[in-house]
Amino acid sequence: MATETRPAPVPLDPVAIRADFPILDQEVNGHRLVFLDSAASSQKPLAVIEALDSYYRHDNANVHRGIYQLSERATAAYEGARVKVARLINAPNPHEIIWTRNATESINLVAYAWGRRAIGRGDAIVLTEMEHHANLVPWQILAQEKDGDLEFIPITDDGILRLDVFDVLLRLKPKLVAFTHVSNTLGTVNPVEELTRRAHEAGALVLVDGAQAVPHMPVDVQAIGCDFYVFSGHKALGPTGSGVLWGRRELLEAMPPFLGGGDMIREVHLRRSEWNDVPWKFEAGTPDISAQIGLGVAVDYLAALGMDRLREHEHRLTAYALDMLPREVPGIEIYGPPADQRGGVVAFNLSGIHPHDVAQVLDSYGVAIRAGHHCTMPLHERLNLSATARASFQAYTTTEDIDALAVALREADRLFNG
Amino acid sequence: MDDLYRDYILEHYRRPHNFGVLDAPTASYEGANPLCGDRITMQLTIRDGVVAEVGFTGRGCAISQASASLLTDEIKGKPVDEVAGFAATDLLDLLGIEISPARLKCAMLSFDSLQHLLDDAGVKPLARDAG
Repeated sequence: MATETRPAPVPLDPVAIRADFPILDQEVNGHRLVFLDSAASSQKPLAVIEALDSYYRHDNANVHRGIYQLSERATAAYEGARVKVARLINAPNPHEIIWTRNATESINLVAYAWGRRAIGRGDAIVLTEMEHHANLVPWQILAQEKDGDLEFIPITDDGILRLDVFDVLLRLKPKLVAFTHVSNTLGTVNPVEELTRRAHEAGALVLVDGAQAVPHMPVDVQAIGCDFYVFSGHKALGPTGSGVLWGRRELLEAMPPFLGGGDMIREVHLRRSEWNDVPWKFEAGTPDISAQIGLGVAVDYLAALGMDRLREHEHRLTAYALDMLPREVPGIEIYGPPADQRGGVVAFNLSGIHPHDVAQVLDSYGVAIRAGHHCTMPLHERLNLSATARASFQAYTTTEDIDALAVALREADRLFNG
Repeated sequence: MDDLYRDYILEHYRRPHNFGVLDAPTASYEGANPLCGDRITMQLTIRDGVVAEVGFTGRGCAISQASASLLTDEIKGKPVDEVAGFAATDLLDLLGIEISPARLKCAMLSFDSLQHLLDDAGVKPLARDAG
């Protein structure tokens, strides 16, 4: 893993940042809202909210079609957002950025458009035990349909991928290796460059699920070297309905379309059509125009914060949480790797209390966390857990938020365990 | 945090009534909410048209377990026809607390299990359609 040789970045000022997020200025059950579920969906800065409002007040029109001013403005903003996203993840060309609804749809796009031609009977796809259902179920569907074979890189009890087993699985000569950049449950940051290198050496293509990475740290798809990279805009301070698939140009050009309809064609006759160029070949019908424009504004906001500063901020919060919570909260068990190997996600349980009840008690104190399996049921099965509670961080999270979490958790313990 | 977790709810959660396995039950059913990990195995013995014995084992959130405890208390010793007429809303009244839509499945796990038991025992077929 590359070591940082630059000096430590100037820390973020979360208090100033919080002022940019109007939704945080509210009370829940008489307590300040403490929002600790950004991994499910992030809050939006005022700039994004105002951009949506402004779009519908001044610029709304369908894209790519009109010769009139409004449509040109909408199209410019929409395509301009594509350029911003490309810059954020260092994609070589904005035309390699495909707009989708979310990371799930991005992965489904690859499974349908690439997978259906590339995967045949007996072909292997290597995934991991820690995947979100989005990077699991589409491959299950594909494997079932094509009689392919799914294999899984196992994890240690601490949530670290077993690379030794990965090397063995690669001997199956899989067609695809797909894995998450950062686990949305355990927070594990996977060695994406190393995994990609080994996969390529074995002749496999690589898809990385960056839903929990792009919103929280610098991501460079060229440095990683992968073939496909996906993320969700709504987790990256963008509106719901915005998502991204990045793919290497040659691959995208060779793939057949995903959905058929308007915009993804160049010419349509009664019995045949010619496809449009990449990326529009994969964008059928009227897209969620405002969502992608909003994502562009979110990307501006993130870029202004500085993704390395954001990573440092969340790392500090995570280290704080992992150090303080076991001391302050009786009976808490935190899952996953140590702070230096994880992003800002903390899954845990309180002894003797079901996560649903924990989340319910916390809600009464204004603290919003998630309880359940976080779309990682196989991971929970592997760790022999029926459910967990999860707190997750973003730029607007403060140590006071984590303190409030600890106080509320102690109350839950007091209520249930006397 | 008093509304949802009234003392008696916590009491039924900590020391559930009718907790255990029956010797020779008339019917037995394993219900679960896989999405959250609540599970209940409920059993009953019917003698002379009456729910002579009822028991459950399980683990899960306070709402799911307390509701099973309260429900089994309620139906024990009652005629099966009366138990068959027990509605989902009656269980909510028994719980006596505001259940949010998110927690409804937790509360209803024991009720759903009971419906399966009644179907199994030939008392009341399961409603197969939605609603």
